[in-house]
Amino acid sequence: MSEGRPNPDALLAAIQSEDARTQRGRLKVFLGMCAGVGKTYAMLEAARRELASGRDLVIGYIETHGRRETDALADGVPFIPRRQLDYRGVQLTEFDLDATLSRKPQLVLVDEFAHTNAPGSRHQKRYQDVIELLDAGIDVFTTLNVQHIESRAEAVRQITGIAIQETVPDTTLADAELELVDLPPDELRTRLAEGKVYLPERVATARDNFFRSGNLSALRELALRFAAEHVGQDVRDYRHKHGIAEPWKSGQRLLVAVSASPTSASLIRWACRLSGELRAPWAALYVEQPLAMSEPENQRLSKHLALARELGAEVVTTSDQDVVEGLLRVARERNVTQIVVGKPAGWRMMELFRGGSFLNRLIRQSGNIDILAVRAEGGTLAGRPIRPRLKIPDARSYAVAVGVCTVTTALNALLQHWIGYQAVALVYLLSVVLLGIFVGRGPTLLAATLTALLWNYAFTDPQLTFRIDNAEDTMLFATYFVVALAMGHLATRLRAQQLAERAREVRATAMYLLTRDMAESGELAQLLGVLVRHLGDTFRADVAVSLPDEARGTLTPYFASSWSLSEKELGVATWAFEHRQPAGYKTETLNSAEGLHLPLIAGDRVPGVVSLRFHDSGALPPAQRELLEAFARQMALVLDRQSLRDSETRATLVAESERLGKTLLNSVSHELRTPLAAISTASSGLRDAGPLTPTQQSLVAELDEASTRLNRLVRNLLDLSRLEAGHLHPHFDWHDLQDIVRLALGSLGRALASRPVTVDIQLGHAPVRLDAALTEQILVNLLSNAATHTEQGTPIEFHARWEPDWLVLEVADRGPGLPPEGAARLFDRFQRGPQAAAGGTGLGLSLVKGFAEAQGGNVSLENRADGGARFTVRLPRVKMPPVPQDQP
Amino acid sequence: MTEALKPLVLVVDDEPQIRRLLAVTLEANGYRVLPAATGQEGLVLAAQHHPAIVMLDLGLPDVSGQEVLRRLREWSSAPVVILSVQDDEAGKVAALDGGADDYVTKPFNSAELLARLRVALRHATKQEEDSVFQSGSLVVDLANRRVTIKGREVELTATEYNLLRLLVRHAGKVLTHRQLLREVWGVAAVEQTHYLRVYVARLREKLEPIPSEPKLIVTEPGVGYRLRPAPTQ
Repeated sequence: MSEGRPNPDALLAAIQSEDARTQRGRLKVFLGMCAGVGKTYAMLEAARRELASGRDLVIGYIETHGRRETDALADGVPFIPRRQLDYRGVQLTEFDLDATLSRKPQLVLVDEFAHTNAPGSRHQKRYQDVIELLDAGIDVFTTLNVQHIESRAEAVRQITGIAIQETVPDTTLADAELELVDLPPDELRTRLAEGKVYLPERVATARDNFFRSGNLSALRELALRFAAEHVGQDVRDYRHKHGIAEPWKSGQRLLVAVSASPTSASLIRWACRLSGELRAPWAALYVEQPLAMSEPENQRLSKHLALARELGAEVVTTSDQDVVEGLLRVARERNVTQIVVGKPAGWRMMELFRGGSFLNRLIRQSGNIDILAVRAEGGTLAGRPIRPRLKIPDARSYAVAVGVCTVTTALNALLQHWIGYQAVALVYLLSVVLLGIFVGRGPTLLAATLTALLWNYAFTDPQLTFRIDNAEDTMLFATYFVVALAMGHLATRLRAQQLAERAREVRATAMYLLTRDMAESGELAQLLGVLVRHLGDTFRADVAVSLPDEARGTLTPYFASSWSLSEKELGVATWAFEHRQPAGYKTETLNSAEGLHLPLIAGDRVPGVVSLRFHDSGALPPAQRELLEAFARQMALVLDRQSLRDSETRATLVAESERLGKTLLNSVSHELRTPLAAISTASSGLRDAGPLTPTQQSLVAELDEASTRLNRLVRNLLDLSRLEAGHLHPHFDWHDLQDIVRLALGSLGRALASRPVTVDIQLGHAPVRLDAALTEQILVNLLSNAATHTEQGTPIEFHARWEPDWLVLEVADRGPGLPPEGAARLFDRFQRGPQAAAGGTGLGLSLVKGFAEAQGGNVSLENRADGGARFTVRLPRVKMPPVPQDQP
Repeated sequence: MTEALKPLVLVVDDEPQIRRLLAVTLEANGYRVLPAATGQEGLVLAAQHHPAIVMLDLGLPDVSGQEVLRRLREWSSAPVVILSVQDDEAGKVAALDGGADDYVTKPFNSAELLARLRVALRHATKQEEDSVFQSGSLVVDLANRRVTIKGREVELTATEYNLLRLLVRHAGKVLTHRQLLREVWGVAAVEQTHYLRVYVARLREKLEPIPSEPKLIVTEPGVGYRLRPAPTQ
């Protein structure tokens, strides 16, 4: 059904990623095959063009290596000074991320994408700085050599023999625009010979090797191919977006098996490339086995999983006694079509016990899943030491094994007299089996061999030789040897299984207890207390929970924490919160921090951050890490639900109060105004009804004035309550200020009595954008305030003028001016000036302030130099859009 | 005038006091009054008696004034004058754009009220338009597209003239911003109030004796503009 018709979800995702891309900054990468092709030069040229087109551009960091042409290009381009760092007495300069973020240019140039930052920087890698810039909506130009691309590093190592330490994840380039800076190898070699290529000292030794013509051609091809594939990706995205049918059938899913083995890294890269070519989603699976791993193995495994995550894989861990079964189980669960595994380097003895080699079994049991066995590179990858065979804890178990053998032999020497030399073998066997339960496989095998030999040497005839004379003993010896080995092995497996079971049980129990306790605690404080306690117990750590302050967008530590965060740790937590990524201890960001800070992510919200300071050092084993993530997910869900519930309650309350407020306002307004309307209508009718006597006329005038005043008071009270309740929503439109002033003066009428008002509007007839009713009330209140505080006959002035950002309205009088104390308090409700004449409620000025602020403006007051007070209202000035002109 | 010839005014308002006041004022000035306390009653009475004019309060207890207006307009073209309260510019504008002819704001001045009724009645009964409009010294000759003040011709641009002609053809009646903008600049411009502000200011410069105190083109705050047929003395 979906032939030729784009899947709406996929389309939506494409549009959204397009949207996200436009909000984020755009990354442009100048890609070269190696140093010296002129990437920085090309970047600066492009920057000059951008500068010429009027973009706000700065140089964040460039490295010209003193090349004159490049320096000349950079000359005159604004730049951000580099950050000075003191690292163990050495002065280092680094790109200043914070200065750039606060400068917020449209475009920033940051050379050497793959650079590793000096210790003490916020991020380990410069590409992380760049990501933060992009997230802040800043476009970035950067340079990169193909050898630094994670998925190509291995290929480069194979070509040049040089291991690449600084790599950037392919995912960082996914949305980038690539510009290939190409130079034919011969030209590059010429430039090299002329000394135009800068090489760091440490590479200089390898340079002849590196810059061989053959190498350069291969590197160039690599760069060209990468660029071409990248373009291909764009084209595919385009085809996808425009519903052009895929030329190949989709539905492929890849799974790569990851382990602590050093070969895993290149396997992961291989799978990444394949998934890119197939356009298939891929996952990396680690099957945790019961055997404990050493610390270096553990670290290597974490690195591999992190690598897979960086390259865009979904990372899955599962635990299973048998790797093959674990792999296939997960593969089937996820409808995987192809599994990528390493081709084993040699034959292993233990495979016999498991019913054939790993690969054979995998292939035999895989059913319709394709198995890709890839020759795995590595071992000496990046010059990592091959791990020592004997590890310290193992050495101890070997010692125990030897000790047990010795003790058993001594015991047997005593027993032999009573039980005979054949039964002695059973005692040996017993010791081997028991040993197998407590120590690992190696020591058990050693004990099995050792006891077999000891029995042969010390107990069979002829004693104290390794010779066996009779067939019976030979038979016994052989049987013993095999049985001991098998028993030992089985015992080890049994123990391992038990350990795994126990670990799984511990995890399941921890999770169960957490969910149970959380379900039982209803309130947030109680919930968080439970969380902190459980986390602390399970991970042996001090725990802090921080919750975001919605109003300010900052993070506040919650009181129910067993660890009070220092300023610095809180900063790291805030980073994790803002970037939705783990930060701190043993992560890639701010890892000098004491604690690990995990953002709690629930959908598109981050309802908090949990911080852990572990009591033990060392990286968390993957299983623990996974458990921690499960905890974090659970916490995120609970917190999110809680905050949703809170905001729901709040919203209901607000809606209810608004409804009440509106009802009250409406009824009060109706009840007060209707009789008032009747009074003034009747009095005006009276005047129109016929000729009145002078007494009648003045009585009608009194009626009029009383009802006008009452009407204004009611209006002010209603406005005030509306203002207080937050129901005041300004309705902005274009107005002629003259109209508003005229209305204000008109509605005051007799209240101004004999005070002449001069109106000075220096705006011409330019329309102003404001809320007419609110502005009219501002003027009415300011003018009537002036009238209340001044003698009859004193002039009142009104001025209107522009300031660059404001429309300024001034009402000035010649009254006694402001009281020396509490000028600011005049804007408070029911504050009346000391000289106020009778009348006036003290509401007017507080309304003026409220109405000005509701329109985004403000009000101030001062005494005039030559006597009197001046009130100044500033409202935001909005530039008028063009008006169509016409011919006469 | 015999009782039957007097125009019949249907007053729909839930406040008895307002109904009584209106009845007194209108009957003293040559109208017959038919009071209705609810929207429903108003609609029934309108169907039975075919009033010459309807005065409609927007804040009715049963059906909203807007709804009464809509239902009335389905079959009747009798002029409707809205009775509204202060601060309800949005309600007035919606009613005017929804087919009402004019409005008065409570508390109302009886002279103003009677003027509105006269204008509404005149526009409703007018068979053909006068081609010449005169107000004080201003003469607008629609047939010849000539505008003169005290006999001197006034130069107007095409848009200024279109705006003036529109106001003249509805002299005495309020026109909302939307109505003016739609007629003069087209449907796309109905939100562009600033066009109106600019052109009305230009017209006032050319036509009003004192542009800062306009007597001819009057601003109806928050609603629109009205051309006063004869400047008040």
